[in-house]
Amino acid sequence: MTAACIAGVGNTRFGRLEGQGPLDLMAQAATQALADAQLARRDIDGLLCGYATTLPHLMLSTLFAERFGLSVQYGHGMALGGATGAAMLMLAADLVRAGRCRRVLVVAGENRLSGQARDSAIQTLAQVGDPDFEVPNGASVPAYYALLASRYMVATGLTQADLAEFAVLMRRNAGRHADAHLREPFTLADVAASKPIATPLRLLDCCPISDGAMALVVSAEPGPGAAITIAGAGQAHQHQHLSAIDDVLHTGASAAADRAFAEAGLARADIDYLGIYDSFTITLAMLLEETGFAARGQSAAMVRDGSFAPDGRLPLNTHGGLLSFGHCGVAGGMGHAVEAVRQMRGAAGDRQGRAPRHAFVHADGGVLSSHVSLILSRRSSP
Amino acid sequence: MSATITTTPSPHPFTAGLDHGLLRYQRCDDCGRAQTLTRLACAHCGSEHLAWHAATGHGTVVAASVVNRAPSDAFRPLVPYTLVLVELDEGPRVMGHAMPGTGIGDNVKAGTFAHEKRSLLRFAPTRH
Repeated sequence: MTAACIAGVGNTRFGRLEGQGPLDLMAQAATQALADAQLARRDIDGLLCGYATTLPHLMLSTLFAERFGLSVQYGHGMALGGATGAAMLMLAADLVRAGRCRRVLVVAGENRLSGQARDSAIQTLAQVGDPDFEVPNGASVPAYYALLASRYMVATGLTQADLAEFAVLMRRNAGRHADAHLREPFTLADVAASKPIATPLRLLDCCPISDGAMALVVSAEPGPGAAITIAGAGQAHQHQHLSAIDDVLHTGASAAADRAFAEAGLARADIDYLGIYDSFTITLAMLLEETGFAARGQSAAMVRDGSFAPDGRLPLNTHGGLLSFGHCGVAGGMGHAVEAVRQMRGAAGDRQGRAPRHAFVHADGGVLSSHVSLILSRRSSP
Repeated sequence: MSATITTTPSPHPFTAGLDHGLLRYQRCDDCGRAQTLTRLACAHCGSEHLAWHAATGHGTVVAASVVNRAPSDAFRPLVPYTLVLVELDEGPRVMGHAMPGTGIGDNVKAGTFAHEKRSLLRFAPTRH
């Protein structure tokens, strides 16, 4: 079977990008990804677009294709919350491996920060809650995650001070990326002093709302430089709502990861880079622990001992993650894969560490509801 | 494009129950398991024979958070408020408000309070 390669990546700056709509932002990221892959518009025969809350549209891929100047033989929009980007990459890989497409453009972008009032954004996102049992209580997404955190921390011994370690690490990483939304460094004390949002989560435990876009080209042929393949992928969908989580230790993350590792024929010990979804510090800690890259309640110890640092054993979200690179919806969740590809190709500039051989990328949508794991591998030179 | 999607008749049996001081949950007629939230089929055995019942209101707190940042103007006057997930004695988990200081592991009893023309759950610790 044909291998599916990530042939090019692109992104806009994240932050407040006034006056640009989702299609404008998507076009910028797509243009950069095509240039990175050394491909022209006519080379693209498949198009997958992530939803944009500021541009709800019945057929976003068709709309984007018209505006951007693409004519494709396969395309549609996708919606799976924060897991959309990883799910699009998984599907793009399957389309290429099955021979349905040769080169699939995967793109998402949104003016989530400047395109709407803050309350509007928060209320749109809160709709991942149950409309009868949860939303009427005045629960927001941070409150859902806060409740989840309270349950998980009692079960594992993870502490508020542990969570702060992830906030500091993500901000330090973002400081090395010129396109990141938030780059000003802060300390553990700053996290502790930041205003409470929903206990145990404080402001600096939460990702910002950003404008921005990301794009990747998934192709039957490798792009310039090192060949990066999507070696394995897996999903799990066990619940939609917080209330429906039966076991906070098994939300579906490990099931998705196990499927990806089985497909890739690799083990956790083979992984030397992590791109893990981090909408909140608790999200990052829970996903690291459930997917098996840290023992229960021990993920922060691996931040403290340097394991997750850019020069550590398992560099983690070296672009700064959602917590500091920024979160504009689907594109925010694509940033982890884009950065993994750059690190693997030795194209991460000032952030470049030892080029990883196998990266594990994981995203979740909802309240750890929909899980998608990806394993990216760098093919050794012939 | 911003319509709220509901799959159940209005008013929802849970919401209507709260207006009458009842905490309702679904139970499977075939296997007897209680369901969390609204189901069209039993999460355990797949049976479509589910009926709404009134719970005693007693349960145990499994998650708790004090919310300081309200999602809308309607909830800003209540800040800070405590939200909890309670596992009812009958089995299902349900979200509600709680008296200040309520924490994980507490035994609680459900009550309701009026907010913006609807009744919401509020749990209070029970003496032991």
